[in-house]
Amino acid sequence: MALTEQSPMSHPADTQILSAAARLAVAKRQQLQDKFFHALTLGFSLLVLIALMGILISLVINAWPSFQKFGVGFIWRVEWDIINEEFGAAIAIFGTVASACIALLIAVPLSFGIAVFLTETCPVALRRPLGTAIELLAAVPSIIYGMFGLFVFAPLFAEYGQPALQSTLGQMPIFSTLFGGAMNGIGILAAGIVLAFMILPFIAAVMRDVFEIVPPVLRESAYGIGCSTWEVVRNIVLPYTQKGVIGGVMLGLGRALGETMAVTFVIGNSQRLGTSLFSPGTSIASTLANEFGEADDFHLSTLFALGFLLFVITFVVLALAKWMMARTEKSKGAKT
Amino acid sequence: MLNMKSWLVAIGLSTVGLASMAVDITGAGATFPYPIYAKWAEAYKKETGNGLNYQSIGSSGGIRQIRAKTVTFGATDAPMSGDDLNKDGMVQFPAIIGGTVPVLNVDGFKPGELRVSGPVLAEMFMGKITKWNDPKFAALNPGKNLPDQAITVVHRADGSGTTFNWTDYLTVISKDWADTVGRGAAVKWPAASSVGGKGNEGVAANVNRVKGAIGYVEYAYVKKNNMNFMQMLNADGRYVSPDDLTFAAAAAGVDWFSVPGMGVSMVNAKGATSWPVSTASFILMYKDPTDKNLAQEALKFFDWSFKNGKQMAADLDYVALPDSLTRQIRERVWSQIAK
Repeated sequence: MALTEQSPMSHPADTQILSAAARLAVAKRQQLQDKFFHALTLGFSLLVLIALMGILISLVINAWPSFQKFGVGFIWRVEWDIINEEFGAAIAIFGTVASACIALLIAVPLSFGIAVFLTETCPVALRRPLGTAIELLAAVPSIIYGMFGLFVFAPLFAEYGQPALQSTLGQMPIFSTLFGGAMNGIGILAAGIVLAFMILPFIAAVMRDVFEIVPPVLRESAYGIGCSTWEVVRNIVLPYTQKGVIGGVMLGLGRALGETMAVTFVIGNSQRLGTSLFSPGTSIASTLANEFGEADDFHLSTLFALGFLLFVITFVVLALAKWMMARTEKSKGAKT
Repeated sequence: MLNMKSWLVAIGLSTVGLASMAVDITGAGATFPYPIYAKWAEAYKKETGNGLNYQSIGSSGGIRQIRAKTVTFGATDAPMSGDDLNKDGMVQFPAIIGGTVPVLNVDGFKPGELRVSGPVLAEMFMGKITKWNDPKFAALNPGKNLPDQAITVVHRADGSGTTFNWTDYLTVISKDWADTVGRGAAVKWPAASSVGGKGNEGVAANVNRVKGAIGYVEYAYVKKNNMNFMQMLNADGRYVSPDDLTFAAAAAGVDWFSVPGMGVSMVNAKGATSWPVSTASFILMYKDPTDKNLAQEALKFFDWSFKNGKQMAADLDYVALPDSLTRQIRERVWSQIAK
């Protein structure tokens, strides 16, 4: 504060009085300040990079014995035998990806609907409370979703949801295996549904925010030439906000891939590759959460290897998202 | 401002003062005995002012922590072998006894009404017996109207001492299980229809929810969740129900010093009233601890708990060690720890 008051920039009149030498001194000091500030912020940013590299390196070092033994085949090996130390990641990867995809399939259309309603057709009085409710849903800790999933959702799903799915979709050729088998209420599908409700508020909140920044003049012009609400959303809002929407979806996907507690509660925690979506499975994050406490040397190394794979999967998803965003050049309404 | 500073200094000094007076023993390991250790610690703190900071991070974690010397004692459900103890320069002794119980969800039967033997249990958990009305199971339960219902095996998803005890028993009782699965804190569950629950609560919740489920939990959870359990055939050929008496009977039938480090498996213990899946939870300490004072404080804590903690143990459905055994532990194990 004191510095800027003395600085010649803020008081142009004073510059007349200051000698050339004094001006030079001030300029030098400012230059130094700028340099210091630059170095400081650079340090902060590097800290993130160092932490990231540190995590990556320690993961690789700890996972090395496992990589050495199994090689790349670790990724598609279907085996998880702790006592005989035979491990493969396929079951966990399948569970992680399948549950996250199911979550996206459910959450994206729902979030889109919510965001469209909130920004286009919602009465103003409702807009605030509804928006806040969705944000509150995002603040619920994931273990609550897990407990809700296991104790409330799973029994209902076993009694009503799964029989209904089996008697309808389960009658069709391909779906009969997907929706076959024992109906316990927990499994990959149940995990996907609980995940959907977890990531829904994130996606919906981002979509709502980016829909809101569409310039009113564009929207109103469209309405003015007689477009329906859907036409406005389809032809004006969505093209304008493409980048932000993809960003929101990827944010949700990232969360779904790494979610631990809620999934652990409802996925069934079985190291087996089932053909049915009703069958229990496991995800990378839940395997780590379950087995880390009691894992010995080599088992531990394998868990680190799994962690590394999750890291890679998340990285690939993020990279894909960036690439998709870069491709949609014409969109200008990215949120960030 | 100055006032606040002096307050902070005063608070800082007072906490330093307290810390120098009271001792905090640290321990880490098994989750199974955590409730009773916590209860003992609470009562001990009230009486002596000395606290125990016990982290229930799992048996393997406890072994890792004591090896890293970050804690005064480690706790494990699966005992360490005598060789490993010698290599690390540690002693091991049991501190508390409990039991693991087969629970089920089959309508129409009272708790303890159905009976099961070890080999049949092993076949159920292997997925070889898939229906509740299987002839082998029916033969153990004559006259009972068993349903034609599929069996779903519920097991622990997390590595745990409970799983070690359970698979230890199945390994002892069934050669087939020993050959194909074995014992461990987590195993590859062979049954096609099996579900993993996190923690005892997770197994209890899944068994109570899934019709036709069979699982195993610590005894305390059977009572807490009003679960249906089975009587088991013990080594003497008698059917017994799980309770503190049958757990204690199993402990009495064990020769603790027959194995170096007292790491005796209590499963399938002899004795007419012995519960076959009884287990002890063990404490690990260094013979030559880095902080001798803290080690002695830890021993004082266990000494106090062995003497005064029996009722607390019973309240939480554990079994305290018999006096004859704790005397031997004092004389033969604690004496090895350098003062």
